Amino acid sequence: MGTIVFLILFPMIVAFILLVVKSDKGRDVIVIAGSVIIAAMSIVVAIQFAAGGGDYFSFNGEVIGYIMMAVEAGLCIYICITSAMHRKWLAFIFAIIQTPLIMWFEFSRGHGIEVESNLYVDRLSIIMILIIGIIGTLIAVYALGYMKDFQHHEDEKGNKDRRPWFFFVMFLFLGAMVGLVTSNNMIWMYFFWEITSLSSFWLIGYTKTEEATNNAFRALIMNLLGGLGFAVGIVILGIVFQTVEMSTMLLIGSVYGDLVAIPAAFFAFAGITKAAQMPFNSWLLGAMVAPTPTSALLHSSTMVKAGVFMIIKLAPVLGMSNFAGIMTMMVGGITFLFASCAAISQVNAKRVLAYSTIANLGLIVACGGVGTAGAVWAGIMLIIFHAITKSLLFLCVGTAEHHIGSRMIEDMDGLFNKMPRLAMCMIIGIAGMFLAPFGMLISKWGCMVAFVDSGNVLLIGCICFGSAVTAFYWLKWMGKLTAVVAGEESIEYDVHRTETFVHITLVVLVVLVCLLFPLLSSYLLVPYLEITFGGLAGGIMSSGNMLIMVIMVAVIVLLALFGFGKSKKPTVPIYLAGANTGDNRTYYGSMQKEVQFALRNWHMEKYFGEHKMNLIGDVLCVAMLVIGLGYMIATLVSLMGGIA
Amino acid sequence: MSAAYVTKSPWVVHYDGSSCNGCDIEVLACLTPMYDVERFGIINCGNPKHADVFLVTGSVNEQNKGIVKQIYEQMPEPKVVVAVGICACSGGIFKDCYNVMGGVDQVIPVDAYVPGCAARPEAIIDAVVKGLGVLQAKRDAMVKAVDAPAEEVAEAAAEEVATEEKKAGAVPPIFTMAEIKVNTMDFLKK
Amino acid sequence: MIIKAIISVVAFLVLGPFLGGLLAGLDRKLSAKMQRRVGPPVLQPFYDVGKLFQKEKQTPTRFQDFYVILFVVFIIASGVLFFMGGDLLLVIFTLTIGAAFLIIAAYSSNSPYAELGAERELLAMMAYEPMVLITVIGFYMYGGSFRVSEIMAADNMAFLPLIGIFFGWVFILTLKFRKSPFDLSMSHHAHQELVRGATTEFVGRTMGWIEISHWYENVFLLGFVFLFFANGTAWGWIIGIVVALLTYFFEVFIDNCFARMKWQFAFKSAWVVAVVLGMINLFVLYICF
Repeated sequence: MGTIVFLILFPMIVAFILLVVKSDKGRDVIVIAGSVIIAAMSIVVAIQFAAGGGDYFSFNGEVIGYIMMAVEAGLCIYICITSAMHRKWLAFIFAIIQTPLIMWFEFSRGHGIEVESNLYVDRLSIIMILIIGIIGTLIAVYALGYMKDFQHHEDEKGNKDRRPWFFFVMFLFLGAMVGLVTSNNMIWMYFFWEITSLSSFWLIGYTKTEEATNNAFRALIMNLLGGLGFAVGIVILGIVFQTVEMSTMLLIGSVYGDLVAIPAAFFAFAGITKAAQMPFNSWLLGAMVAPTPTSALLHSSTMVKAGVFMIIKLAPVLGMSNFAGIMTMMVGGITFLFASCAAISQVNAKRVLAYSTIANLGLIVACGGVGTAGAVWAGIMLIIFHAITKSLLFLCVGTAEHHIGSRMIEDMDGLFNKMPRLAMCMIIGIAGMFLAPFGMLISKWGCMVAFVDSGNVLLIGCICFGSAVTAFYWLKWMGKLTAVVAGEESIEYDVHRTETFVHITLVVLVVLVCLLFPLLSSYLLVPYLEITFGGLAGGIMSSGNMLIMVIMVAVIVLLALFGFGKSKKPTVPIYLAGANTGDNRTYYGSMQKEVQFALRNWHMEKYFGEHKMNLIGDVLCVAMLVIGLGYMIATLVSLMGGIA
Repeated sequence: MSAAYVTKSPWVVHYDGSSCNGCDIEVLACLTPMYDVERFGIINCGNPKHADVFLVTGSVNEQNKGIVKQIYEQMPEPKVVVAVGICACSGGIFKDCYNVMGGVDQVIPVDAYVPGCAARPEAIIDAVVKGLGVLQAKRDAMVKAVDAPAEEVAEAAAEEVATEEKKAGAVPPIFTMAEIKVNTMDFLKK
Repeated sequence: MIIKAIISVVAFLVLGPFLGGLLAGLDRKLSAKMQRRVGPPVLQPFYDVGKLFQKEKQTPTRFQDFYVILFVVFIIASGVLFFMGGDLLLVIFTLTIGAAFLIIAAYSSNSPYAELGAERELLAMMAYEPMVLITVIGFYMYGGSFRVSEIMAADNMAFLPLIGIFFGWVFILTLKFRKSPFDLSMSHHAHQELVRGATTEFVGRTMGWIEISHWYENVFLLGFVFLFFANGTAWGWIIGIVVALLTYFFEVFIDNCFARMKWQFAFKSAWVVAVVLGMINLFVLYICF
């Protein structure tokens, strides 16, 4: 238990130290040391609890509850004041409703409810802790170098150095995330949930430009709406079922699935907002204005992962073919399809990544909604692979942006020559996102089997068409990166050492996870699923298939090590209708004038325009949410009527 | 010498220098069911990087000499060049124009000449088939010179071609340049 | 069981290219006959590849070969997985990754023609992928297994229950074989607007390998057609093989009857077919089984 509490509190302590340290050097030392300790501790936790399958800790104390409540009240007042100052009344209203609601509940009913254990660790939390502890801290280390360059630009604009604040929020975020994935008491979880919402608000609004502030408030409003759902869920859970514990709720759910589905639907709704599913995807896209480490953090190891963690956690209840489950899986499936489609029309690399995140989260959410052991297996695999590859890709784009001065994919022409190492990292990242033997497709395999087993034909349609679209937008980007453009010099000499270190580490992690995922599956996932679902219902990849996948990755890695770029054939100029001037980039036009050609990608705005895709997705998802939640509320009302 | 597959599958790239399109039409006529050059495995592939036979129609001028040269250079060995039509052979009636350099052989080595205005499909097919002998010879030279440096390969190829020609007792061009001149004069008289 | 799998894998590895080459030769001969030509010898594709292997070695960039090798390896691997009775989803993913590497290989040259071909190939991939996945899922929903060996050993022919999916599959075969009206990305015949599309920058032996992989791929794709008729009896075998061959000749026929369509049509029609034939068939399966 000590290690868990340490993992929650230590990042917060580091955060407060970082708030007061102003020198670059001091910050470097503290961030690196803190990161090493957090990463090491998360591995310790993994080793400590993995074999035993985890534990529940009572960790009782009135004081802690009161501290949390005080902090919550403080945050509520802070949100109210800030939103009033910026005239964002929606945020004001959401904040002013939910915190008093929770407080009223705690004071009036909360005391009567016996909480057996507030904290717990199981194999799913171990996986999440590893992701937060390793990926999250790697991003923090990367941010050191990145923020130096970033501040350099800010200095030119005359903006003051607010990096202590940035790193403070980052570490606070990590601590809150660990708390979130280890809380068994839903009120505690709600507390951490609100902190992550607020942290992301601060991180997105970091630059304090008008756009940043607006987008930060959009994120805050949507997450507060989710928080409201969370609070309502807690109240229903407490009043109807006399418990605020996740474990108890799941236990009751295994018997009274239809009833527990009512609070579960509200929790799932909270998860859906946090996981940026349609119609709430705009906050994650707006978050792209923030410095790249923020995006990486929000997308890979924290924030959105909290949302899907919630839904994966609820999977056993959602999987009992009730409306909450159907709502969740349809929202996930629809989001996957339309977010993937929208990604095609994007030219901005960060927006492509954002849409792909939304799409992948959609898959995870759908997996949670299907809620069979196989689906959850696929969902957790997706969480793992997505965290590693997406952080790698974001951090690569960040470095590329600082060196080529653009985050547009079209400007990445010749990156293979300009920044070979970085381009290779990106290629590996993209391969990890969709190519077969690499991670993501393993999980997609699992999803497909799970969806077919669920018998939901619409969901099958979503994944069939969505997968095809996914391959399109990744491959066209990958093609751009692999294109060898002659005559470009390497400009890779002044990349920060920390950035390169993080890139390489993540690449190694991608390859390692791809090679070792069968072990991951059999030592962490399968035991977790067996406990949660009481045996496996199938739909999990057979060991033979896993072996084939691993062999494929090994073949690619070996071929790459021995054969990449080692062709001994003489290199000849490309065919430009006989008018190549010899440099492979220009041709003789009319009057023998030298003309440079440029190659551009295909965006199919007419078919996959962002606006259109969002509109369709939003309408469908809103319909699903209204039907799902409406049905739940109706059930609840009739139930209460019955009791009265 | 092993049989080179290249003689069974000569793929063609066709370039129109400054032809009046008469010869081009005849080149295309070869592909029609009437002549059906695919019988011999000949495909008009339109890409020098896949081609074995370079068909040039029309004369070479200052504007296109670089292109003719580059297309030739981009064809991997073994390869042959066939000049189709009198303009490609010698410049034809445009020979003395201020912008015309003359036949294709002013820029790249030509292996077979097809005179005529326009060249007849039969003659074009005949020339390509003649070119196959040259292809075979060049391929044999390539095999022989696997370990030899590049210049030697080129020399060996040239020698090989020469000896093959002697052996065959015929000159690879269907007509000699002298004959072509006579033909041209005939044409001009008409 | 294992011996049977090994035999079929070896048979695929050895006979696959011969069968594929022969089919390609028959295709050309048949096309010629349809156009009232004599046409090349049936063995012509073998001569072509033989010649390509005898050409000078060249490459536009020293990175291209790596991608091409992976393309060849994964296309063959997908066939091997299929014929050893492996998991259909795995087979499809392996095929996809093979196709992806071909596209990457074309991109890597940074040649305008190759890149445009690659992008069109990418579009074709997006167009046919849903139907491919639906086909696999259809087999699973009907037979309850993704494994080829189990589908082969099933008692009932999957053809009738999957009739919509069957025709959907035949439709996208035109895209997969790159036949008119959907030979957008590269074409074997005559000129096209993109020179040779995605294969423009592959020279000599590289091109030869690509041809050979296409033979493997074609045999494997026809194997899929065969799968619709397998029911563990000799009749299943006979009908399957006959229909597979008929399908191939049907594709040749279509090839000769149509001009090349625009990409918009290729994309839209493939998706409409996937929805109308594929999804409705799945829905019917869901209701009936």
